[in-house]
This record gives sequence, structure tokens and C-alpha cells, in this order.
Amino acid sequence: MTDTIIFVLAGAFATATPLLLAAIGEVVVEKTGVMNLSVEGMMAFAAAMAFAVTYQTGNIVLGFGLVVGASVALSLIFSILVLGFSANQIISGLAVGILGLGLSGLAGRNFENLTMMAPANLLLPVLSDLPVVGPILFRQNVVTYFAFAAAFLTWWFFARTRHGRITKVVGEEPAVAHNLGFAVIRIRLFAIIFGAVMSGLGGAYASTILTPGWSDGLIAGRGWIAFALVVFGTWRPLRIAFGAYLFGALLLGDLAVQATGFSVPPQIMTSLPYIMTIVVLAAVSRNALLIRLNAPVSLGQNFRPSK
Amino acid sequence: MKTKVGNPPPLLRLQNITKRYGTYVANDSVDLALEQGQICAILGENGAGKSTLMKTIYGIQQPDEGEIVWNGEKVAVTSPSVARDLGIGMVFQHFSLFETISVVENISLTVPGSLPELSEIIRQKADQYGLNINPESPVHGLSVGERQRVEIIRCLMQDPKLLILDEPTSVLPPHSVKQLFETLKKLSGRGVAMLYISHKLEEIRDLCHSAVVLRQGRVTGTANPQQATSAELARLMIGHDIPTARHAEAKPSCEPALAVSDLVYDNPDPLGESLDSVSMVVRPGEIVGIAGVSGNGQSTLARLLSGEIRLQGDEAGSIRIFDRSVGDAPPGMRRQLGVTFVPEERLGRATVPTMSLADNVLLTAHRAGLVRKGLIRRRQQADFADSCISDMDVRSRGRQSIASSLSGGNLQKFVLGRELLLKPRILIVSQPTWGIDVGAAAMVRQKLVDLRDTGTAILMISEELEEIFEISDRIHVMYHGRLSPSVQARSVTAEDVGRMMMGEFDQTMRAA
Repeated sequence: MTDTIIFVLAGAFATATPLLLAAIGEVVVEKTGVMNLSVEGMMAFAAAMAFAVTYQTGNIVLGFGLVVGASVALSLIFSILVLGFSANQIISGLAVGILGLGLSGLAGRNFENLTMMAPANLLLPVLSDLPVVGPILFRQNVVTYFAFAAAFLTWWFFARTRHGRITKVVGEEPAVAHNLGFAVIRIRLFAIIFGAVMSGLGGAYASTILTPGWSDGLIAGRGWIAFALVVFGTWRPLRIAFGAYLFGALLLGDLAVQATGFSVPPQIMTSLPYIMTIVVLAAVSRNALLIRLNAPVSLGQNFRPSK
Repeated sequence: MKTKVGNPPPLLRLQNITKRYGTYVANDSVDLALEQGQICAILGENGAGKSTLMKTIYGIQQPDEGEIVWNGEKVAVTSPSVARDLGIGMVFQHFSLFETISVVENISLTVPGSLPELSEIIRQKADQYGLNINPESPVHGLSVGERQRVEIIRCLMQDPKLLILDEPTSVLPPHSVKQLFETLKKLSGRGVAMLYISHKLEEIRDLCHSAVVLRQGRVTGTANPQQATSAELARLMIGHDIPTARHAEAKPSCEPALAVSDLVYDNPDPLGESLDSVSMVVRPGEIVGIAGVSGNGQSTLARLLSGEIRLQGDEAGSIRIFDRSVGDAPPGMRRQLGVTFVPEERLGRATVPTMSLADNVLLTAHRAGLVRKGLIRRRQQADFADSCISDMDVRSRGRQSIASSLSGGNLQKFVLGRELLLKPRILIVSQPTWGIDVGAAAMVRQKLVDLRDTGTAILMISEELEEIFEISDRIHVMYHGRLSPSVQARSVTAEDVGRMMMGEFDQTMRAA
């Protein structure tokens, strides 16, 4: 029983990692007032690329590196549409997302149903050998630590730094930010690129570390879940990290319960992570004032500076 | 004028500044010079190019031709941060504060320094100039007067040599205006020059050392405001005398057209305004004015009356139009009863910014025979739009102009014209002359009085006390979601109403 609990609590970090990476990327984008709906496609494309490169070269660092470049390239298409031509953000995001999904099929065509070995998790002296805490906290992959550190740094960036505040106010009232002399378009561009890098990393993690293998549809809605986490976490990075972890734990809890042979209708068990995460996040984040203070007011609205 | 040897060059000199938007010339070879400590008023009608010129000086946009000379040196002000580094500060008409962060966090966006350091400087500046403000307060909880103090402190923290003030008093209650002027005079005494845009001529005479008049983008004259009368300034500005609204005694009938009784509304938006037991009546043939500093519940009241916010069925009776309970009725049904509305926000509420004036006419005037069997009658639509434009002297490039391309004042005239042409039995209008120049404002007020005399019931929500006094028959004051009982406009003074605007209903009512 203890083993099962440790398995769930430890595995939840790994399961949460791709969601958290993508959600942290998206929260920064949305904070500047841009809604990027291409997360799912971006992750899928990155996952296929990362697997293909790593499988062929055996070099996972190269795989991740190329993925970052490819995601940025894909996000530049979105940026040109939305920032350059003021195209509708929702349509552009969906279109680029669909493009990403298509490209993932193309990139992964020769790698369908192949698998490989996952890289070993980090082992820390002493810490990893601690009972209970060791396996839960100190035997994770380095990307997992990176994801949770990124959540914390993003919180710190918005709450404590001047650049964070500038980023945030661009999403509140871009016209006013422009009048104060901030380069709204450039800040939004950087945010979109950051978001693409993060969702790219999330996708790469999913296909090379979490479940090292490729088959079409591997991402399976993780991008959308990340998107939902941003909203239900009310645009607060630490809430989002908590939500991602909770979702990961519930997902594994489902497997653990099934393994015990406890009979619960599978439909209920499979939908539970989704429902519970929404319920819990909605419950902890229902302070209307905090939502109002954190939600980006200009979300989805384009801005064109007058010359 | 020759500069004598030894005299410093003027602080700011504009030479031949020209700014075009497509074929439209917003500023046409503007020259201007400003000495240290000089307060110069910029006068002009709506769309005369005042704001364009200020934006050019502050670096928000670049001139197409001409130069800006600062302390004798030619400079390129390519962005507001360049302007701030030179020592130019700007207090925006609509404020440039972000509601979701605190005062000091707002200031930290443009002023370098850690938050504790900045808080300390804010307190010092606040003491020095008598601008009381708490640096840690979140901006969403501040009144407009306080917000303006924050804007001014922010400028002062950069040790400006030139302050640009764009209609700084348009949203302030009278006692705040006094305080603002004391601060500005103190600053001028210390050598800070100012460019001051305002439509309020009395203020300009009180405060400014010189005045420059812009018309259609050109400098058409200068004046010494301390020697000229308001009427002379107005004539310079609009080219003829301002008519004052003829205002005969109202003859309201007894049956209320609009009756609000004990209206309570708890705003679900935590930063929104709630209403606490608001009651009033408006009778045909009278203008009822609601005074008060904005943010005290006026916009919520306007939305409840228009039907944008609808009440629950059991509370519907607290709003009655011609004795019909309409609190839960949609806006269209209320309009069918003969009510028209002019909301405060011109873009987005009163008009669709991206649509032409002709199409914007359809939004509310489709009832006036512009649509038959669901199809638009283009001929009638064009006629309606044209008469709206000519009746109200809307300066635009015709009915095909896009709404957002009009200046604020002209769009306001257009919206008012559209609703007036519908011949309403009840007109509910918010800030009818906000941002409109004196000449146009006088015309609008006269139209409202004329409409009243045809037996229309008019409810006017306005922050401009002078306007409230000029044409209202009875006055209510709104404060913190409460509405004072009404007073006869002829039996109270501006000071009484000013006190009521600070929430002192009961004492003032007893005294009056």
C-alpha cells in the first residue's frame, strides 16, 4: 500500500511535467494579452521531432535543442499572423495548432510505434536514499525539476520584478502601456516565443522521457489540459503547478486503483482527474477579487500602435 | 523675436511641426516656444490637433516634418522614455495607471529604483506638494482625484522641466481642482514649464501665463489669458461667440415618465460599483441631473436603466417606465417604450468602432423606418445618417467614415444626434459634453433644453458641475452607490453640491 502511494506521489511529478511546462509557457503568453491556442499542435510537433532526432542520433540533448528551434519557428508563423497582421488570435492559434499536428504526423511517419530507453533519472547522494521522501522528491528527471523551478521563477518574475510588472500591464491595457513607452508588440513577441519553447520542451519530454516512443496522437490532449490549467489556476503560476501535480496524481491514482482490482466503473475513473482538478482549482481560486487582479484584461485582443 | 545675447534659449521650441494621417493634416507647421516656469494653455476645438501635438512632444508619435528644439539643441523624441529622460512628463486625460497593481508598482514601471526606495520618495513628494497618497494602496481602490495625484507624483519624481497636462480637471470635483492648481502654481514657481490643454476657460485665465490657439491643425493666434475675458478666448478658439443655453423654467407634468424606487444592486464584479437603495423620478418636460465624481455608481445606474444589466424578476418593479415595470426587460423593449440612451463610452457601447457612421445609425435607429421586412432600406439609412451629421455639425468625411476615425467630441455629437433624431419620450444621457469643445457643448446643451421643452423627460448623468447647473431643473448627487434626494437647481449653490459630492448629503440637505 505504501509502495502504491509512493508510486503515485512520485510518478505525479513526472506526469505533471509536460502539462506544467506547456501551462507555464501559456500563462506568460496570456499575461501579455495573447491567447495562443496552438499549444496542443506545438507539443505534438515537438514530441515527434524530439523522438525522431533522439532515436536517430542517440543524443537527447540534440533532440531537445532542435525541438526548441522548431517550436520557435512554428510560433513565428503565429506571431506574424497575430502581431504583424492583427489576425484573429483564436483562428490563428487553431490554424497553427492544426499545422503542428500535421507536421507531427509527417515528422513521425517513419517512427510510428517505435520505442527506446528512457534516460535515467537523477540520483542525488544521500537525498535519493532517504526513505519515502527520497523516491518521491529526489529521483526525478532533471526536466521535472526544471519545470517546477520554472513555475516558481515565473511567479517570482511577475510578483517581484519590474520587467514582470511591465509584461503584466501589457496584457492589462496595451494602449496605455504603449503611451508609457513600452514596446507592446515586442514584449508580446518574446512572450509567444517563450511559450513556444516551453510547450516544445513539454512535448519533447512526453515522447523521450515520460513514455519514450512515438505514435500518432501521443500528446492526447495534454496541450488542451495545460490550456485549461492556466484558466483554472487563475493565471497564477504556483496554482498552476499545484493543479498540474494534482492532475498527474489523479491520473496515476486511477491506474493504482485499477491495479488493486477495486471495481469502479472505468468511465468514472478515467474522467475523475479532469473533474477533480477543475473542482479543486475552482474551489481554491474562487476569490473574485484575486481572479480580477490576475486575469489579463486584454486577453485575445490585438493591439496596433498608431504611428 | 531675437534672443538677446546672454539670455538662455527657450526651454522648448517647436519649429514647423507637421503631422499627417494619410491625407488628413492633424498638425500643420506648428511653431511654439516655451520658457522655464511658463504655463501655456493650448486652446482649440475638438479635432484641432491639440492631442496630436502633445503626443508628438511626448514621443508617442513622430512628426512628419519639423523639429523639436530642447534647451537650444535639436532633439529626436523617438519614444516616451526619451521624453522622460529629457525631463518631459505627461499627465494623461484618461490616466495611465493600471488597476491591478499598487501605486508604487505603477510608478516603478517608469521610474527606476526598488519598491521601498520609491515608496519613500513618493511619501516625500506627497508631503512636499500636499498630495496625500499611500504608495501601497492598490490603484483600483482609488478615486479619480487620487489617481490624478498619483499621475502627477509620478511625473514629479522624474524632476520634470516640462509637464504636459491634457484636460486634467475634466474629471475632478471642485475642491480637487483648487488643490491641483496650488500644486501647479508651486511647480511653476520652481521653474517647471507646462503645456495645459483644457476647455475650461475660467481655469485657463486663473492659471496660465500665455495661450496658443489651434484651429484645424494650425496656430491661428495667441493671447494673454490673464487680460482677456473668457468670451474673448472663446471667440479666438471657435471663431464666434458662444451661445449660452436658453433655459426657461421647466413645466414638468405630474405623471413620472421614469421612476426608480429603492433600487439595490450588488455588483458581482469586485472592482465594480454597487448601488444602495437609489430612488428618483423624472417627469416629462424636465431635466434631472445626476452630479458626482465618476466611479460612485453612475455607470452601474446607467447600465441598469438601459437594460444592459437586468434585474431579477421580483426586483423588476424598482425601475418603471410610464408605470410599466421594466427592471428585467431587455434594452430593445425599453427602447420600444420610447426611451433612448447615450452611454458614456462612445466606442464599444454607443458605436461599433470598426463600422461606418451609416451602419452605426442602424444600431438604434432601425426602428425609425430604416428596415423593412428585415431588409435595410439604403436610401433612408443614408438620409438618416446625413441629417444626423448635418444637424449636429459632425466633422467627418461623410457617412462612410469609420466610427473610430472620428475625434471623441465629434463621435459624441454623432451619437447624441442619432438618439435625438429618434424623438425619444425619455432620454438617458451620460456625460453629454465630455471632451467636446465649448462651442459644440453649448449647442448640445441647447438641443437638450429644446428637447425638454417638447415634453421629453431627460436624465443627465454628468461630472461637470457647471453643465449640471446650466441645464438641470433638479439635481441629485451620487456618492458611494447612494443617491441624494433631489434639490432644485435654482435653490442650491455649487459649493452645496460640491459638499454633497463628498458624501455630506444630510448636513447639506438640512442647510439648504
